[in-house]
This record gives sequence, C-alpha cells and structure tokens, in this order.
Amino acid sequence: MSETTTRLNVFKTYKLYVGGKFPRSESGRVYEVSDSKGNWLANAPLASRKDARDAVVAARKAFGGWAGATAYNRGQILYRIAEMLEGRREQFVREVGEAEGLSKSKAAAVVDAAIDRWVWYAGWTDKIGQVVGAANPVAGPFFNLSTPEPTGVVTVVAPQDSSFLGLVSVIAPVIATGNTAVVIASEESPLPALSLGEVLATSDLPGGVVNILSGKAAEMGPHLASHQDVNAIDLAGADAALAKELEIAAADNLKRVLRPQPVDDWTADPGTSRMTAFLETKTVWHPTGSLGASGSSY
Amino acid sequence: MPTTLTAFADVTTSDSALRRFLHGLPGVDAVGLEARAASLGTRSIKTTAKAYAIDLAISMIDLTTLEGADTPGKVRALSAKAVNPDPTDRTTPMTAAVCVYPDMVATAKAALNGADVKVASVATAFPAGRAALPVKLADTRDAVAAGADEIDMVIDRGAFLAGRYLDTYELIKSVKEACVRPDGSAARLKVIFETGELSTYDNIRRASWIGMLAGADFIKTSTGKVGVNATPANTLLMLEAVRDFKEQTGIQIGVKPAGGIRTTKDAIKFLVLVNETVGEDWLSNHWFRFGASSLLNDLLMQRQKLSTGRYSGPDYVTVD
Amino acid sequence: MASVFEYAPAPESRSVVDIAPSYGLFIDGEFTDAADGKVFKTVSPSSEEVLAEVAQAGAADVDRAVKAARKAFEKWSALPGSERAKYLFRIARIIQERSRELAVLETLDNGKPIKETRDADLPLVAAHFFYYAGWADKLDHAGYGANPRPLGVAGQVIPWNFPLLMLAWKIAPALATGNTVVLKPAETTPLSALFFADICRQAGLPKGVVNILTGYGDAGAALVEHPDVNKVAFTGSTAVGKKIARHVAGTDKKVTLELGGKGANIVFDDAPVDQAVEGIVTGIFFNQGQVCCAGSRLLVQESIHDELLHSLKRRLSTLRLGDPLDKNTDIGAINSAEQLARITALADTGEAEGAERWSPACELPSSGYWFAPTLFTNVTQAHIVARDEIFGPVLSVLTFRTPDEAVAKANNSQYGLSAGIWTEKGSRILAVANKLRAGVVWANTFNKFDPTSPFGGYKESGFGREGGRHGLEAYLDV
Repeated sequence: MSETTTRLNVFKTYKLYVGGKFPRSESGRVYEVSDSKGNWLANAPLASRKDARDAVVAARKAFGGWAGATAYNRGQILYRIAEMLEGRREQFVREVGEAEGLSKSKAAAVVDAAIDRWVWYAGWTDKIGQVVGAANPVAGPFFNLSTPEPTGVVTVVAPQDSSFLGLVSVIAPVIATGNTAVVIASEESPLPALSLGEVLATSDLPGGVVNILSGKAAEMGPHLASHQDVNAIDLAGADAALAKELEIAAADNLKRVLRPQPVDDWTADPGTSRMTAFLETKTVWHPTGSLGASGSSY
Repeated sequence: MPTTLTAFADVTTSDSALRRFLHGLPGVDAVGLEARAASLGTRSIKTTAKAYAIDLAISMIDLTTLEGADTPGKVRALSAKAVNPDPTDRTTPMTAAVCVYPDMVATAKAALNGADVKVASVATAFPAGRAALPVKLADTRDAVAAGADEIDMVIDRGAFLAGRYLDTYELIKSVKEACVRPDGSAARLKVIFETGELSTYDNIRRASWIGMLAGADFIKTSTGKVGVNATPANTLLMLEAVRDFKEQTGIQIGVKPAGGIRTTKDAIKFLVLVNETVGEDWLSNHWFRFGASSLLNDLLMQRQKLSTGRYSGPDYVTVD
Repeated sequence: MASVFEYAPAPESRSVVDIAPSYGLFIDGEFTDAADGKVFKTVSPSSEEVLAEVAQAGAADVDRAVKAARKAFEKWSALPGSERAKYLFRIARIIQERSRELAVLETLDNGKPIKETRDADLPLVAAHFFYYAGWADKLDHAGYGANPRPLGVAGQVIPWNFPLLMLAWKIAPALATGNTVVLKPAETTPLSALFFADICRQAGLPKGVVNILTGYGDAGAALVEHPDVNKVAFTGSTAVGKKIARHVAGTDKKVTLELGGKGANIVFDDAPVDQAVEGIVTGIFFNQGQVCCAGSRLLVQESIHDELLHSLKRRLSTLRLGDPLDKNTDIGAINSAEQLARITALADTGEAEGAERWSPACELPSSGYWFAPTLFTNVTQAHIVARDEIFGPVLSVLTFRTPDEAVAKANNSQYGLSAGIWTEKGSRILAVANKLRAGVVWANTFNKFDPTSPFGGYKESGFGREGGRHGLEAYLDV
C-alpha cells in the first residue's frame, strides 16, 4: 500500500508586541481570525486593558531615547524596517491577501506600497524639522528659533480595512518624528500587524517604540484615550461613535486628537499632516547683542 | 556687616588668583542689563520730585574742562560758574567740583577761593594712560601738591585687555598711595575704566572689582574722549558692583558716569538708576557724580522753567 | 520704601479716552442691545468705580452673530488676499494712532499698570495686526499647499489678562486667512473689544466680518457649541479648555486651546545674577502674575539659593504698587474680586502647608482689588503652591542640585507652556531647553512676545500655536 504523506506545516502562534517582547495577552484570551471568506486563519491574542496599560509603560520608557536619537539614526532604522520587510515580502503578500481578500498581485502591490512608505518616511526624519521649524525674525535683540518636537506617547487606532498599508501609513509618521506608539491593530485582520512586530523587532528599532495590540478597539480604546500618560491619539480606525467617545475621554488630559478621515486610496501621497499632528512646536528665545557695550557696526 | 577687605585678601596675592576671582564673578547678560536700564529710564519724574532731582543733579556735577586749549581764563570762568551756576537765582546749589588737567589745579583752587567746590584733577597720563608708571605717579603727586581734592585716574586698558589684571590692580594701589598728602590726608581717588574701550559688560564688572579692591573711592565710566562714554547700562552695572561690594565688605564706593550726559532728562534717568539700585545712601555728591559740562546749563534752564513756569532759553544761562 | 527721592504722582491723563455710559453688542456692523435686554456693569478693579454698562449676550445673540459672520464669510473669503491685507493694515495703523487712548482704557478696565499697556500690550497688538496683514496675500507660500482655504466662522473666547492683545492674537490671523469671527471678551474686561469694534468701523471693514459679544461664560459656551461655528479658539483656564475639547468631540470643528501653566524659571549657579533677578521679577510680577506663561515656580540651584533670595527680596522691595494709571507703577490691581479671592485662598494654602511666606513692606490701596507681591520659600513639589496655577503675584521657590534634577522638576507638571533658563553656559542652555516639555523656553530672558514667534503649550497647557507662520494653521483647512 502506498501512502503519500504531506508535510504538516508549522502554525505560527501570533503574539502581541510590547516593549520589544512578544507576550501573550495577560488575560489569556484569544479570538479567532478568519480570512475574507470566513476560513479560520489563526487565533490572535485578545488584548486587555492591562495589556494596553503595559504597552503605555513600555512606550513611555522608550520615548526619551527615541525622541533623543538623532534624526539620521531614526531614518536609518526606518529604512532598515523597509529592508527587513523586503526580505519577508512573500509572507506579507500572503497574509495581506488572506486578510483583505486580494489577489496575489494586488496584495503584492499593497505590500510594495507599504515598504515604499517606510522608505518615504525614513527620508523625512531629518527634514521635517527644517520644513516646519522656523527662525523667527522677532523685533528685538533675540535669537528666536521654533523647532518641532515629538508629542510623546501616541495611541494609534489602526485602520480597520487596510490592515497593512493603512497600518504602516499611520505608524510610520508617528515614529518618524520621534514619538512612540501603542497601536491597536485592525480588529478583524490583525495578523499582518502582529507579523510587522516581528519585523520591527529585527530592525534595530528599540523595544517599546512601537507596541502592537490585537483585539477590540472598543474595549482597549477608552482606557488608552483616558490614560493620563498618553499624549495623543490617532482615531484612524475608529467608527464615528467610538471616535466621539474616545475624543471625549481624550479631553481628560487634553490629548492631541487626530480625528478619523476618509481615505479612499492609501497609496496616495500622504503629505506631512500625519507627522505634524503629533509634533509640538517649541520656541526658544535667547538674547543676542553681547558683542560689547560699545556695540558693533559689523 | 564686615567693614574690611579681609574676605578678599587672598584674591590679590597673585595674577592667577585675581584672574580666577574676576572670572568667577557672575556674568552679565547685555540685553537684560540694557533692558533694565531702559525700563528705569521710563520713570516719570514730575513736579516736586523733578525739582529735587534737578538740584541734586546740579550738586553732583564735576564741572569739567579737559581741552588742550584750556587757559587760566577758561578755568577761572568755569570755577566761577561752579560756585554760582545761576546768577539770577542764588538758591541754585553749587556743583560738586570742577575737573581740570593737573596744570590747572592751582588756578582752579585759587579761583574757587575757599568755596565748597572741590577741585578734581585728571592724572596718570589722561586720557590714554600710555606712560611709564613713574610718570603717572609724578603726574598724580603734582596734582595733589597743587591742591587737588580729588584725582581722576585712568587705568591701563592695554594691561587690562592683555589680561594683566594684577598690573591694573597694582597701578591703582600705587596711585592711591600717591594721593596721600604730607599731612596724612589724601585726595579721593576716582578710577576711570574707559568702559567704551573695555567694550564688554563682563569686563566692566571685572574692572569695577579691581578698582574697588585696590582702594578706589569712586569708580568712573569714561574719560569723555572716546566714542562711547557713560550710558545708563554701564552705570547701572557699576552701581550693582558698588552695591555688591558694600554688602560684602561694608565699604561704600562712589560712582561717576562721565561723558555724553547733556540733558536734564538724561541726568534724571541716572538718578533714578541710583535711587532704585543702591538707594538713598548714594544720593549725595559724596557718592555720586556726573562728569559733565553742557549738562549744567540744561539743568539750569529746566530749573528756571520749574520756578517761573516759562520755558527758558540759552540766553538766560551763562556761557563760560 | 520711603526715600529721599520720592517720586511725585505721575498719572496718565484719563481725558484721552471717552467711555460711554453704555455699550451694545457689535453684530453685523451695528451696536445693538441683547435680545433679552440684559446688561452688566464693568468696573475698574483699582477703584471699583463703574466704568460702563454693557449688553450681556445670550444664546439668541450668539445665533444672530454667527449668522452675520456666516453671511459675511462668503464675500470676505472671496476677496483677494491683497484686499484683506489692506483692511488689516488699516486696522494696525488705527490702533497705532489710538494707542494711548486704548492703553488708558485697558488700564482702567483691567487694572494693569499703564507702563505695561503703553509699552507692551498696545505695541504688540498693532504689531500682530501688521504681521498677519502681510500674510493675507501670501498664503500660497506659507507651506500649507496652494490656495489653502479658510475654515468659515471662528468662535473665539478670550480672557481678561491681556484683553486687547488676546483679541489681536485671535482676530488678526483669522481675518488674514479669510475667516469671519465672533469674539467674546471676558466679562470683567469688555471695553477694549468694543473700542476695537469702532476701529473696525473706522477701517471700513465689511459688516459681519468681526462681531463682538460681551457677556459671561454661558455666551462663550453657546458660541463654542453653535453648530455653524467651524473653528473654536479659546484662551483661558485648563478646566474650561477640557470642557470645550469634550463639546467639540465628534464634530468637524477645528480647535486651538491656550490654557494654564506653571512655568518653571530655572536659575543655575552660573547665571547672570542681576539679569536673572530681573527675569524672575518680570516672570512672575508682569501683569500681577496674571499670565498663563508666568514663571511661577522658581527653581534655583541650592548652592546659590540664599544669595539669590537676598537679591530677589531686595529687588522686590523697590516695586511700586498702586494707581495703575501712574506711569511709575510697577504692580497694578488684581482684575476682579473673584480672582483676588482665588489668589488669597491659594496663598493661604501655601502658608497652611508650611511654606514660608514673604512680602515686601507694601501699602495696599483701600479700595479696589490688591495683592502684595508674595514669595514662598521652602516649597517642595508636593505643595499645592508648586502645582496649581495661582494666576497672581505669587512666586514659589524650590531648589535643585543638578541640571538633571532641574529638568525633572520643571517637567513634573501637568502643564507645559513656558520655562526659563538662566546660565551663562551655552551648551547647558541648549541641553536644558531641549529637554524641557514646554512650548516656549526663555533662556536668559523671560516673558518676551512677538507676532512672528509661535506661542502655545505642551500637555494640558493646550494645543495649537498662535503667532508666526505656525499661527496660520489654526485658521486654515489643512
């Protein structure tokens, strides 16, 4: 008798990405993730408010170092993310195809666009300060300089539909500018996001700069929106009702809120607004005119 | 309150000790200093306060002539004006002093004829100070011997700017000794820094401390012979220095801005600086002077305006 | 301080300003009574004299004003930028012409010294209009893309501490970018905004472009919540700012908030001490400390604490408190009885918490609202006077040992509006400025403002920037 044995493939256990590590949800909960046709793909962690809390702690801890890194260094790391993704392109094409019900070629186009987006933002890190900063010609003997600085810890409710390109399009601008992020992945299609965590972990990105949670935005969102140690929230993936609820909660410590905006085409030029949404302008004054009591005529 | 320099005894033991001390003084932010001086300049001094200030300012003037063309006649006229600034109003106070070159001291002394107006003499190769030490000391002794009550010396700005702080200090000490008369009394010593040449406010603060440590009775901004002379800012800075010195040693030092103060408005601004920086302890001509010449006539015209209610004109004050 | 050189009174003449007995709301280019006929009185805080009676706007008036602004928006926003610019230049010039009148008016209604209204407020008001006037026809070059569009009707609510200057900060960029405005001044300082309405008429500004509603918080709330307002700009307390942030949640309204602060003024041992003392005084006693960006926390390096405090106290003893119209007055009146009560209560808390209280010998006038310049020493981060915004002439003095500790303490606040650094060491300035979480950092200076220089907070001090190119963004659909 003859039998053909096909090799049993190895499933991946999808885990959260928090503080540079890959924990399961502290709640022990998981939920089923299916493809666009309803076939089971994997179990994803159903992260809890405590996982969200841990992610904020990790993001806060990472903030000083990441914000203080040179813009050149941040650019190199973002570019490294693109390199790492390029190497795992096939995996993401498959995961995005399954998640969003795209043909292989369409999924490939999405992944390519996402990789290119990292490259785009990698180039922005050391330019945004020149574009939005200013040397202000004040009417007096003062040197007056405005520079953008990262807002701090940013909660990102990732887009629900565009599970990967949309995700990258909201994370990259947040961290390019030196913020750290707590990301709630697309609820129905979290797998590309969780896999992205694995890429980030191998891209020289310091642990905690990006933290990825899978689960329900409606469950974790309110805790993150009201969290006093979170400085901003991007509501990209929140529906109108949730967005309003979270915006109200965010007022408790006056978080910067980026309201959800309809995006027809995630491949379009993103502009700078997603970066400037999470930048503060700091203006520093200093007297000039120490040439001497007798002045100088140049 | 301490009343000696013992706390600073070790400061002048060597060039390096003095340098460390001077460079350890708090820095001066130029913009902030000038802004403070300008803000005090916006004080509005009216009516009774103005009358008080004008008389005080007149009494603080070192009425000065320091020209190559000075003659005995000129010095006698100046002395007469110092004693009797406004012939139409005998209530006008006398000026504090007349200020002349050493060779005119005797003339001035005689012209003043015992009036309570001091004779101040510049010395030490004024204004440049570029002469050998013996020459400077002889210059000083000459003036004192001729009857000078006060000596206005210049520091060696070259030495100061070259970083030879101890030389600068020693020069002042030597001149101070040369001010002593045979009877043991001494002419009061005013030390001119020529702030316009020191250029930076940090230098002015350091020079002020050198002067005070070396025994200056007054510290004085300028000779009146360079582009930038007394300004509200450099005078404010020197007032801060004498204030700090008194707090730390108990020794009070006078301040004399000189050069460029021509109007009543200017003079009152300086008096406001004195009033709000060091207070009434310095509001007398024993501790504050104006080195000026044309200022006096403007003060006199303003004084006439206050007493008559009419604006005065140059024909109603004397030109000497 | 009695002195042999006593300054005689030098009051600025009141005759340059003619205050009418009553004023209406300014809606659609006309002065009009409130719909329900309500009025309130505005008093001079230095004397409690009633200056005028002004109309008290209600919801119906808000609606009328917003409709007027909406109607005016179409034409105003369609005007060539160069024409809008000329209106703003006209306004700037008229403000310069009438600046003495406005300075006296502001001093009467607000209680701040004439020295400040004359030398700070009014010059900055005119400069702000002049600056934004120039932007009106250059918006294509402002970095917000080609042909950036205005938002529509701006609802603006301003505080009483810099009535006319805050009006300028709000109205100038709004009009330059093509918006129309409904502005509500604070109830204790309504007059200068009403005089500004008259300036708009003199400038020939089209009706409805600027509407001024005098009234209380309810009118402000109605304005912020009005469904046809596209933009909300608020300067005031953090508590109200949070309310506004909740109200606008789920709407398309663009919001900028400029709120409270508890600015740290950090003095290192190598500071230019005399200038630092001036900066500390300016930082907390400018406008009686009723300044959101006041340097209300003095963080002084422990090694120079005693020396600095000695100098500071000596300097405070020369401050001249009294008639705000006197040109020699440094410290004027507190704006209202309510604010005075708040300052008094917080200062009492500081004392009860064990901080050491000190004020210079200082006689307070018998009528009006007054509070002596006050220092608290032995203050720690745990004291309420080190954490809560007092908004008055009260300075809390804390110490630190190292630059790290200075930064940590400075940032240890829910606010993040301003900070000061005093040191002669350039690299330390840059390092500390870099680490401070504050929107404006003054190094070796304090409380400096300029229309070209963006101003605004981090954290609970609000969001958005006013001033400079950055200030345009708040009024553009970008």
